[in-house]
Amino acid sequence: MPVGTPLLPALLALPAHEGHSGHGGHGRHGGAEHANHAMAAGWPVFEGLVVLLLVLAAAAYGWSLWAGRGRRRVGPWRPVSFSAGLLCTGAGLVGPVAQAGHGSFTAHMVGHLLVGMIGPLLLVLGAPVRVLLRGLPTTAARRVTRVLRFPFIRFVTNPAVAAVLNAGGLWLLYTTGLFHWMHASALGHAVVHTHIFLAGYVFTASIAGPDPDPHRSSFRVRAAVLVVFIAAHSVLAKWLYVHPPAGVAAADAQAGAQLMYFGGDVVDVALIVLLFLGRYRATAPRAHGAVASRAPA
Amino acid sequence: MAHPEPRPTAHPARPAGSPTNGRAAGHAPSSDGDAARTRKRAALSGFLFGCGIAASMIDLFIFHLGLQWHHFYDLSTHEVALVTDGFFHAFGWFITVWGLFLLADVRRRGGVHWPHWAGAVVLGAGFFQLFDGVVDHKLLGIHQIRYGVDILPYDLVWNGTAVILMLIGFLVLRRGARAYRDA
Repeated sequence: MPVGTPLLPALLALPAHEGHSGHGGHGRHGGAEHANHAMAAGWPVFEGLVVLLLVLAAAAYGWSLWAGRGRRRVGPWRPVSFSAGLLCTGAGLVGPVAQAGHGSFTAHMVGHLLVGMIGPLLLVLGAPVRVLLRGLPTTAARRVTRVLRFPFIRFVTNPAVAAVLNAGGLWLLYTTGLFHWMHASALGHAVVHTHIFLAGYVFTASIAGPDPDPHRSSFRVRAAVLVVFIAAHSVLAKWLYVHPPAGVAAADAQAGAQLMYFGGDVVDVALIVLLFLGRYRATAPRAHGAVASRAPA
Repeated sequence: MAHPEPRPTAHPARPAGSPTNGRAAGHAPSSDGDAARTRKRAALSGFLFGCGIAASMIDLFIFHLGLQWHHFYDLSTHEVALVTDGFFHAFGWFITVWGLFLLADVRRRGGVHWPHWAGAVVLGAGFFQLFDGVVDHKLLGIHQIRYGVDILPYDLVWNGTAVILMLIGFLVLRRGARAYRDA
């Protein structure tokens, strides 16, 4: 296979695929018409909900930041990171990339990188829970921390569980009929993308999040889970390269799979760096303790 | 499963089992022990970083993107090899970053002797190339160096280069270790 399967031309050609789901031997001509009608009804609702939730999240973060202004300093790059995370998540769910994702597997993968990996990483770095707790009055903050201790939250924020939800969800999506359901119905689309976002967020936070985590796993557990997750992600990308999901043309699948592999690498290396950075700060020699605590919260 | 972890017997500065060994803060006679520990940690850092860049960068940039001898996916690859390859890939990045953070740790604990560290990097890179050449190419058959040619000369050059790198790395590392003893 040619090594340089052109990613860029594939991306540039996206609009051509739009509305031609039957193009390129997809073999779902009949279903495509129905699917387009079903999408047409549910799509604006989904997009509207996404925009609403993103605006609410931005407002809540901004309010918390303002309400806690007299307390311990928050690094100025935290709100920047959080806003960038909201934008990335939004760009993956609403607008041209999301639209093109219906016709092109490569565009679909761009959306997944944004919604499941890059967006969650930037949001986690914004430390939203810490900022929220800092802004809330004590009684309300206690209520929030009580919620964080729920057995369910403790269960899903275990890195191993979060990794299974994240990578396992992807395996299911690409190896079962789920992929078709996602394209055929707005509900399927909403369910799959909500899962991808939440699983991406919880996994990132459980491995290297700056937010308080009452049951943080040991460094070794988090490191082992991260290595297994990266392996699973890259194996799935290579597997997709030769086994395209039903209805995806070979060239499209190969461009998308390489994007998943190398794009995933960038975020995965960032996660490894964050994991070690946390440990590096925690194991600072005592004589230089002052240096370690200089970093803003 | 075998993975590119350091073989303690492979070089003189046995890497400390784990970077977690608590620091003996406040032990008066521990300066010799501290120096030895710093030296071992520096050697482990270089070794891991060398293995890591050999695993994740030399292959990608030289053989995959540069010479285009390797491919993103070798169609003959069977499933076990695919999974093994995924783990090598993950470990490659993990030990690269690990090595660099150990280096940062050594620096904040009293300094790095760069020739010593460079020797460890070369030793690590050679070790991984040899491991790749013997285990990946021959025992597991994940992929070959190049396709459609007589592979024997390529294997000889690959593994020969790896052994030479390890020798050079070992000698430089040993010379560099003196700097820690004299310091």
